[in-house]
Amino acid sequence: MSVVSKDVSNKIQANISSDVQRSEKRKLWKFHGGVHPKFNKEISNQSPIKTATIPSELVVPLQQSMGAGAEPIVDVGQQVFKGQVIAKQSGKLSATVHAPTSGKVTEITEKLIPHASGLQGLCIVIECDGEDTWGEHKLVSIQDFENTEIDVLLERIQHCGIVGLGGAVFPTSLKVDSTSRPNLNTLIVNGAECEPYISCDDRLMRERAAEILQGIDILQHMLKPQNCIIGIEDNKPHAIKVFEEVCANRNNIEVVAIPTIYPSGGEKQLIEILTGLEVPAGGRPRDLGLLCLNPGTIYSIYNAIINGEPLISRIVTATGNGIQHPQNFEVLIGSSFKHLAEQAGGYTENADHLIMGGPMMGFALEDDTAPIVKATNCALFISTEELNESNSVYSQQPTLPCIRCGKCMDVCPVNLLPQQLYWHIRAKDLEKAQQHNLRDCIDCGCCSYVCPSHIPLVDYYRFAKMEIREQALATEKSNIARERFEFLQFRRDRDKREREEKRAAHKAALQEKKAAAKETGTADKVEDPKATAIKAAMARAKAKKLERQQEADAVKASTKDED
Amino acid sequence: MKFKTKTSPFYNSTSNINGVMLQVLYALMPGTIVMCVFFGWGILFNIVLAIVFALALEAIALKIRNRPVMPFLSDLSATTAAWLFALTLPPLVPWWIVFVGIFFVIIVAKHLYGGIGYNPFNPAMVGYAVLIVSFPFEMSQWINPNNELFSFSESFSFVFGSEKPEWDAITAATPLDEIKTGFRAGAEYSAIAAKSAYLQNASQNTWLWSSLAFALGGAWLLHKKIIHWQIPFALLGSLALISSIFYLISPTNFGSPLFHIISGASVIGAFFIATDPVSASTTPMGKIIYGACIGILIYIIRTWGNYPDAIAFGVLIMNMAVPLIDYYTQPRVLGHTKKGQKNKEHLNKGDSL
Repeated sequence: MSVVSKDVSNKIQANISSDVQRSEKRKLWKFHGGVHPKFNKEISNQSPIKTATIPSELVVPLQQSMGAGAEPIVDVGQQVFKGQVIAKQSGKLSATVHAPTSGKVTEITEKLIPHASGLQGLCIVIECDGEDTWGEHKLVSIQDFENTEIDVLLERIQHCGIVGLGGAVFPTSLKVDSTSRPNLNTLIVNGAECEPYISCDDRLMRERAAEILQGIDILQHMLKPQNCIIGIEDNKPHAIKVFEEVCANRNNIEVVAIPTIYPSGGEKQLIEILTGLEVPAGGRPRDLGLLCLNPGTIYSIYNAIINGEPLISRIVTATGNGIQHPQNFEVLIGSSFKHLAEQAGGYTENADHLIMGGPMMGFALEDDTAPIVKATNCALFISTEELNESNSVYSQQPTLPCIRCGKCMDVCPVNLLPQQLYWHIRAKDLEKAQQHNLRDCIDCGCCSYVCPSHIPLVDYYRFAKMEIREQALATEKSNIARERFEFLQFRRDRDKREREEKRAAHKAALQEKKAAAKETGTADKVEDPKATAIKAAMARAKAKKLERQQEADAVKASTKDED
Repeated sequence: MKFKTKTSPFYNSTSNINGVMLQVLYALMPGTIVMCVFFGWGILFNIVLAIVFALALEAIALKIRNRPVMPFLSDLSATTAAWLFALTLPPLVPWWIVFVGIFFVIIVAKHLYGGIGYNPFNPAMVGYAVLIVSFPFEMSQWINPNNELFSFSESFSFVFGSEKPEWDAITAATPLDEIKTGFRAGAEYSAIAAKSAYLQNASQNTWLWSSLAFALGGAWLLHKKIIHWQIPFALLGSLALISSIFYLISPTNFGSPLFHIISGASVIGAFFIATDPVSASTTPMGKIIYGACIGILIYIIRTWGNYPDAIAFGVLIMNMAVPLIDYYTQPRVLGHTKKGQKNKEHLNKGDSL
């Protein structure tokens, strides 16, 4: 294995591959810390996934992946069909965007997007015609993927705009590109879904296990991992049972129930639980020969290859006491949160907050007209009381000073010292914060969750990380500016020097000439160069004249001779 | 529709500071009861007076500093500090001694440094240290628990009135005092122990029983995860280790490890004083170093220093070293090598892709 050093490779072998016999129960490891909040999954996971209706208008943001926004390739007024590419991938981390249904493009403009700071982004607005027709944009099904070239499959995944649906929206085509991963050891399906309230992966795994399994088959064909582990938290017994059944005769797929603890679904945490290995700081799971994918992402891969459908809809959990009928919905990308709430029977009087994602790592939206995007796994409509129910005094008690009790340290899944980070960041000592490995923080929120002083610790870390990023950017900019300035200075100096050198050389040459002239005694006193030149020219003329005279004389003489 | 916004996490667990402090107060109950049984009303007077003074001074300090009074007053931190401080005082000390001590606990050690969370020194121990240095006579009058205890009214008049008890008749040297003066006089350990009423009769040994009761409270705090195991175990462990070494070298000239652990304030110090989170080390390894150093300092000061007991000075000296200890004992972060550096080998390979 090229990317993994020998000892790590051996460890992987020992930790992962030794248990070929599936009857043996897999040894599980524990990550440091973690918390047990109220998970409240039963609110939304009781009824099956419902397909949401097509809204009258879709607002499709162009930036729906980690990288830059896609480039729009349709015009206002243009008729688009379901699955038609409306914006092209621009850059490696960008992802293609498709029309989720058929209709007319009415606007390409800045619109509110789901963002923690309520930002706007470029969106394509489609007025849906309700026909939901594909036109000629449905791709051919690749049923026989096992005999299809891997590049074709990869191209399809890329074309279908598939990104990680766990929330990070990293382009999947980059993740599953086998050229960057020559020896994949284990494919891990991250079915942990540890965030409270969210149940979209749970329902998807229960209802579409066969499809996910086919997706796994596609990935196994593409990446040839030695084995595959499906990790599911043990608070989802149904999903575990369904997968155990569909994987019953698969030797190379192992369904593992992992203990319920937040944040077990964090990539690094899940890897630690399943393999006992730590992803190196600043590294990726691929450094250990591992690949982690969310079941929703795998389902989209299946959908892209087998059904020829791009990523134009996703499963979203609509839950909380702020809506009438909490449930999971298959929603078109670009539908508004308002539309989703209507699908769930509308709001109750408890809809104080709208949170995209879960209560631990999600962010609050101010306006329900924001569209649902590829990263939206959950819309939590919830009352302030419900959020504070876990702590009745929270709403009344102000933030108190840190007493360094160390509870945050006990629960930190990456073993940081949150209390020390907090002190350093408060003192604006970002250098010290970096020395305490701030960049390894995963924003999971466990520290804030347990803090008896109710300090919003994660806010401090987010602030510091942003500040450090900006400082680094500013430093880089000033470095470039300085380099430019220094080069300019150098160029000026060099030109000046060269000019001076030229002049000096010229002067020296003259002086030499003068000296030579002095020696020969043709010039007694100092003359200016012009005069010298004139003199020289005169001398040359004289010499020429003389020469010509001589020539003439010689010719005369010769003719005389001839005569 | 518009919604209220906040930042994540939106959830919060049930823990809060007064909850933490309340557990500490619960844990102090058994030890306090044992001390009351042996020393009578005086202990209760100390605790009540200390808490009343502490809350009053805390309220005044918060007012002067323009801080909200109720949230901070109800966090129980002043109550806890006052309670711990009161347990260091001998029974029947006059009220003004309690007041002077509490003034240093609340005003000097706590609020002059910025209030809860900002004190580099353990407030209760600052108060105690000031008193032991300023009023050594009053601070060493531990009444003999084997005598008949004073009634409530007698105790009241001793604490508040001008009338003073016949100290010589009613007090007795503590075991740590006995051994200190005994060794100074050239006696051997066994001879001192033979003369000591405390050490001869286990049922009469106040310090043994209160230590056991405080250990029970400490176990409660460990069970409730209010304190970590490192500081108490390192403190008692290092104290036991260093006293064992000297006891093995010369059993006649040094106290036994058991003597050092159950006499005086070793146990309450280990579980309740040294574990004050604000002024103690905060990293797992740092806590071990911090606790172990306090244990060693206690032994050194007890054996060769001027003061019979040394929890306060041990803790205060180590408080000064806390920032240094914390900086150099950061735990290994996930994905980092043992030295705290990034695993460069992987990093480079990861970046090359």
